Amino acid sequence: MRIAGKGLIDRTKPVSFTFDGKSYFGFAGDTLASALMANGVRLVGRSFKYHRPRGILTAGPEEPNAMVEVRDGASQSPNTRATVQEIYDGLAAQSQNRWPSLRYDLLSVNDLAAPFLSAGFYYKTFMWPRAFWEGLYEPLIRRAAGLGRLKPQNETASYEKAFAFCDLLVIGSGPAGLMAALTAARAGADVILAEQDSLMGGRLLSGAGTLGMPWVDATLAELRGLPNVRLMARTTVVGAYDQGTYAALERVGLHVPAAPHLPRECFWRIVAGQAILATGALERPIAFDNNDRPGIMLASAALTYLNRFGVVPGQKITLFANNDHARQAVRQLMAAGVQVVAILDSRADASTVEECPVYLSAAVTDTQGRHGLTQISGTHAGGAFKIDTDCLLMSGGWNPLVNIACHQNARPIWREDIAAFVPQPGMVPGLAAAGSANGAFSTQAALREGADAAIAALTELGRSAAAPDLPQAEDAPYRLQALWALPGKGRAWLDFANDVTVKDVKLAAQEGYTSVEHMKRYTTQGMAPDQGKNSNVSALAVLADATGRGIAETGTTTFRAPFTPVSIGALGAGGQGAGFAPQRYMTSDQASRDRGAPMVEAGLWYRPSYFPKPGETTWRQSCDREVLTVRSTVGVADVSTLGKIDIQGPDAVRFLDFVYTNTFSTLPVGRVRYGLMLREDGFVLDDGTTARLGDTHYLMTTTTAAAGQVMRHLDFVHQAYCPKWQVRFISVTESWAQFAVAGPLAKMLLNALLDQRIDDFPFMTYGEVSVEGVKARLFRISFSGEEGYEIAVPTAYGEALFRDLLAKAETLGGCAYGMEALNVMRIEKGFITHAEIHGRITAFDIGMAKMVASKKDCIGKAASQRPGLIGPEREQLVGLRPITQTEIGAGAHLFNPGDKAERVNDQGYVTSVCWSPVFESYLGLAFLKDGRARYGQRVRLIDHMRKTDVLCEVSDPVFLDPEGAKLRA
Amino acid sequence: MRLTCPLCGTRDRREFYYSGSEDYLNRPAEGAPIEAWDDMLHLRTNPAGVTKDLWYHETGCGSWLLVTRNTITHAVLATELVAARKGGAA
Repeated sequence: MRIAGKGLIDRTKPVSFTFDGKSYFGFAGDTLASALMANGVRLVGRSFKYHRPRGILTAGPEEPNAMVEVRDGASQSPNTRATVQEIYDGLAAQSQNRWPSLRYDLLSVNDLAAPFLSAGFYYKTFMWPRAFWEGLYEPLIRRAAGLGRLKPQNETASYEKAFAFCDLLVIGSGPAGLMAALTAARAGADVILAEQDSLMGGRLLSGAGTLGMPWVDATLAELRGLPNVRLMARTTVVGAYDQGTYAALERVGLHVPAAPHLPRECFWRIVAGQAILATGALERPIAFDNNDRPGIMLASAALTYLNRFGVVPGQKITLFANNDHARQAVRQLMAAGVQVVAILDSRADASTVEECPVYLSAAVTDTQGRHGLTQISGTHAGGAFKIDTDCLLMSGGWNPLVNIACHQNARPIWREDIAAFVPQPGMVPGLAAAGSANGAFSTQAALREGADAAIAALTELGRSAAAPDLPQAEDAPYRLQALWALPGKGRAWLDFANDVTVKDVKLAAQEGYTSVEHMKRYTTQGMAPDQGKNSNVSALAVLADATGRGIAETGTTTFRAPFTPVSIGALGAGGQGAGFAPQRYMTSDQASRDRGAPMVEAGLWYRPSYFPKPGETTWRQSCDREVLTVRSTVGVADVSTLGKIDIQGPDAVRFLDFVYTNTFSTLPVGRVRYGLMLREDGFVLDDGTTARLGDTHYLMTTTTAAAGQVMRHLDFVHQAYCPKWQVRFISVTESWAQFAVAGPLAKMLLNALLDQRIDDFPFMTYGEVSVEGVKARLFRISFSGEEGYEIAVPTAYGEALFRDLLAKAETLGGCAYGMEALNVMRIEKGFITHAEIHGRITAFDIGMAKMVASKKDCIGKAASQRPGLIGPEREQLVGLRPITQTEIGAGAHLFNPGDKAERVNDQGYVTSVCWSPVFESYLGLAFLKDGRARYGQRVRLIDHMRKTDVLCEVSDPVFLDPEGAKLRA
Repeated sequence: MRLTCPLCGTRDRREFYYSGSEDYLNRPAEGAPIEAWDDMLHLRTNPAGVTKDLWYHETGCGSWLLVTRNTITHAVLATELVAARKGGAA
């Protein structure tokens, strides 16, 4: 029911929405909860376990009952709090956890079975027979458990992530937060004020205290006018991390209809020099029998609905409280003309001076009303009572919202005087609590603590701030007498969201789960979407009572981030699809795609797999043709993805001798040498060629896969072991486009293109050339076994050169070749890639032990010679060829022909395999125990995955041209 | 988590590559017994408290950093350039 003249809603802007398919109207500024309440809807959900009818308990993000599914375009957000969700035209919300309808829910039969569903029910009931677990129990439980449903489709809605930086982060915009932000902002500090609500002001928006909206508006106006302040509404700080990093979730597009490109949420990482926790406090319920009926809510929530939304939750209201503070709600309701039937105060010595009857020493012991409250009963100083009421407000006192302060595992301390936990200073470095989050519940105290905290924070940052004049505000004492649960025969709810009652906690204690962490897991208290915000303190108070300990001694469970649920979509913002990893394209990318080449990923790079010609229907046809073309005429491939590191300085060669196993100090200018690089633990890191471009100038190439790793390694070796050596290096991978030109006609092709002919350019030579006036680098190296060159031009000329090379190659009967052909040719030639040097391979294993120079030290030399890394027990690189024409695959294992194919008999494994069109056979590279001594012998190749079992002949890994005649031609 | 690179200032941990213990800095001399290499390569203490480890400012300046931090409190106590560290290699 709406109350005229109240609320911060805009009554000139009606908003239409649906709940469970029925249309309703609210006003701009309403939450779904306030709008439903204004429409007289009391039943909004079904409880988790017993499917009890539930109404709205709170007015904030801690809501345990009023959780709905919101359907918005392609999205479906389960467990959306109706108390947070703002309404907009077309909002479609659906109640959860009921079938067939909210009013008639078949699973409410669970409520009748309640005696069997107590704490530990699952553990006790579904133990045997064992075989029933997977087939019957688990599916049954899974179907019955859970609240909202996710859509099984991929999330397609957009989310964002962002970073922000500030001197001071203020979390919460109540009186403490506003005062802190204002104090720091006036001093010139960069301030971010984050508020989970759509409006700033905290409890002041609810009309709590005496400091009204004019002060809130004036303060916000001043903050908005300051360039060093960022106000972030709808932004919940969800976690405190190391070195002043805070995670926050901003609701960007959840309060308006979905629109293209409008992100739903933004996940913020806020880096703050200092932070102030001004998150306020949450009022706590009292546990009494049947305290969960629709119409029973927190007193503070009723105050919010009245002043913020101009709506009242009932027509005959009662209050059950243990403190003075809660009375302001009923006083304001009465002032607004709402009938308050009675105040039931649990204390014996409280004031009875109110505009309505006040009963002391009161205890509510039961309630009536299936789908909504109709009556309460109990006892008070005058005896037993029954009162007809449609709305019972309860207040068991307040719990400071200490969560964020506890995210780094420190525990809050118990304050007996306010019967609540408060944060200790220093729990999160750089974070201080102020206001009711710190247990200072009056408005005046909140203002004072906010200002003080800001001054202290700025002092920490080496700045100063002037103490502001504080406005006069309510400073009444809070006065409460702790009250957690009332004795009763029925069920008194502690955790509404997970249906945990006082009995469950007592049962847990009785069965030995006396630690608060055990009780939590046994009863599931605090494990629902609200994470126990409404129930943790009360539950541990009941546990303390049941185990005869104090509350401080019982302690709290661990507070973990996130403070409120964060959607995976927001956490992974930007990481879907193409956003998952950067994509690196070669200069020839478009030219390759133009020729129909399917692109494959090589690390982050995209490389052409093969270049299909008309009539070719399988990749093998294209690949075979490309291999045979290169071997008979000429082929062109883009090899720009290989890492290129430019190394210069007088000590460059000394450095190369240190990082490579072999010697580079003997390499003349204009020559290229193959180099092998080890990790310090003796295993192979990478291989590649290095050219000496000038006296003190070298160019190192790395494999595509290890380019980053090698750069990191070089930086480490230099900075850690020889920082004073005069050598510098930089990655130039992306500065040069480089193409392999290979085959008997390679030189002819280059001569048709280069500005000067190359006639005498022997194997492993480097020279500077030019192509149509563009300076280029030419290397005579080969990864195919053919006469091969690699020509590099500045990246800008890459695509043009590729197209030119290709056009000229085709006139010679040549072609472009892709990764498949490249791989076949290097296997034929026995060249290794990271399929072979996979991190467990030594120089000895690949037959390069002699490349570890004896006359000098190098990285990895000492460890490479330790026992176990050298000897016949090592698996060594060999070639394999099946005896019969059978397809073989990498990953297969090798066994001696007579042995059973069992792990203990394993002789090695296959790393690379291809169909060789040259040998018209499958060829493999493998690591075989004592392999070099077994050339000519046979091994059994077994692949359990592909069901292969074939005899192979072991050979030298170099199948093609072992003397290197073609290479050197 | 944030680290202060002596060259670039305070940066998010995503800019850094974590390598491991500072032990890697103490490379045995050529000809040292295999036990010395084993120590440097494989044997690690796992302190609850102050530890020193190596981080690489991979998406920043390419500096290797020696970071002193507390594994219990996560406090970063000091960062210095490996290349300029006290008692570093010549």
